[in-house]
Amino acid sequence: MILGTSGCGKSTLVNTLAGTITSTSGDIVYVKEQQSKPLNPKIHKIGIIPQNCGLLPWKTVKENCLLPLRIRKEQVSESRIKEITNIYKSLDIEKLLHKYPKELSGGQAQRAAIARAFIMRPDLLLMDEPFSALDEITREEARELFLKIWNQHKPTTVLVTHSIEEALYLGNRIIVMGTDKGNIKHQMDNPYFGQLSPQSLEYLAAKQLLRKQLIKTEVGEQTSE
Amino acid sequence: MNRLIKHGIIFVQGFLLINLLWWLASTVLDINVIPNPILVYKQFPTIFEDNIYIHIGASLKRIGLGLLLSLLVGVPIGILMGYSKIANKILYPLIYFSYPIPKTALLPVTMLLWGMRDGSKIAIIFLIIVFQVIVSVRDSVSHIDRTMYQVTRSAGANKRQIIRHVTLPAILPELLTNIRVSLGTAVSILFFIEAYGTKHGMGYYILDAWSRINYIDMYLGIIVISIVGFILFVSIDIIADKICRWSSL
Repeated sequence: MILGTSGCGKSTLVNTLAGTITSTSGDIVYVKEQQSKPLNPKIHKIGIIPQNCGLLPWKTVKENCLLPLRIRKEQVSESRIKEITNIYKSLDIEKLLHKYPKELSGGQAQRAAIARAFIMRPDLLLMDEPFSALDEITREEARELFLKIWNQHKPTTVLVTHSIEEALYLGNRIIVMGTDKGNIKHQMDNPYFGQLSPQSLEYLAAKQLLRKQLIKTEVGEQTSE
Repeated sequence: MNRLIKHGIIFVQGFLLINLLWWLASTVLDINVIPNPILVYKQFPTIFEDNIYIHIGASLKRIGLGLLLSLLVGVPIGILMGYSKIANKILYPLIYFSYPIPKTALLPVTMLLWGMRDGSKIAIIFLIIVFQVIVSVRDSVSHIDRTMYQVTRSAGANKRQIIRHVTLPAILPELLTNIRVSLGTAVSILFFIEAYGTKHGMGYYILDAWSRINYIDMYLGIIVISIVGFILFVSIDIIADKICRWSSL
């Protein structure tokens, strides 16, 4: 879970991990089964859920969901089909499969994007402010649904956000990014993962701490200008 | 289907209205250059004796080949210009400069290069359409949302797959709109390019009747070319409806 204010390079980080831009220095290494290889979308399966869902408007929901498999020319076995159907079911998009993205509401499009990412069985799942375009109620539902399906598959996930609540709800490990060349301001393991607004003092203290870290980065930004 | 019916109604309305105006003009003016439409329509079956199909076929072949050639050349160039800054820098001034030049002015040149037969005719149609295609493809490529590439590339797509799944579907609606307009121009240009070196084609049919001072036949030719132009227009509409439903939602 990467937390940071706007302009600190969160999206740049996602783009670099996704392979759409190359890093100016350093390497990204992915360790799998004790083998470390440079991260590469041709070798590793990288699922991505951008802010605007990134569904191709000329493909139906189903075509969008299966596109990663088509691109990778993966053989879809009987059991895989079952797994895919289960993902459709748990995200409640079975009835939307033949619709085009333009016909979907924000929440429906978000669920379709989540389905697409999980169907490809990602080695790495990238999420760039995935819930910020949704309204309050839909956002809460989408987060809950996401957590449910994430717990079934548990892919390595990097989620960037500017929302402290979201970080505390969905993050196992929270990293606060500074504005200066993507330095790390603060790191913590999150004991509140999966708990929806717990009412303990420690939770509020953690929230305060993160807020302070975020504000400090902003002040730093102002003085450097 | 709904759209088809709507088109049908508009077609009938327009058809009736224009014939009414024609009939009025022929009655009021009473000159043989504007014959009575009823007289013309009575002669309609004679076009089949004149093998009108051969004429329609010859014209459609020229238009079709010209269109095909401009797509084969224009789409890749447009995509290249959309993606490569260098290609755009080199080619854009060329396109910008030659876009407004009336391509029919190049008719003598194409005749000298590709002869009096179909070569020069197809070349002119190609020149008229290809610039439209290049500009429309380049513009629609530059309007593609960046996240479309992000999701496709991170899924492991190579360049060819990105073109196939992102670029080509994204440019299609705009391209079809442009082709529809260009085809109209191509039909009207038939008068120019079928005025020489051929004995077939709808343009030739009209010009030939005109030179024989056979006004009835001339009007029949005009009716046929109008119907063919309209059918081309509508079929592009139907194709767009079928394969680009996503864009009109």
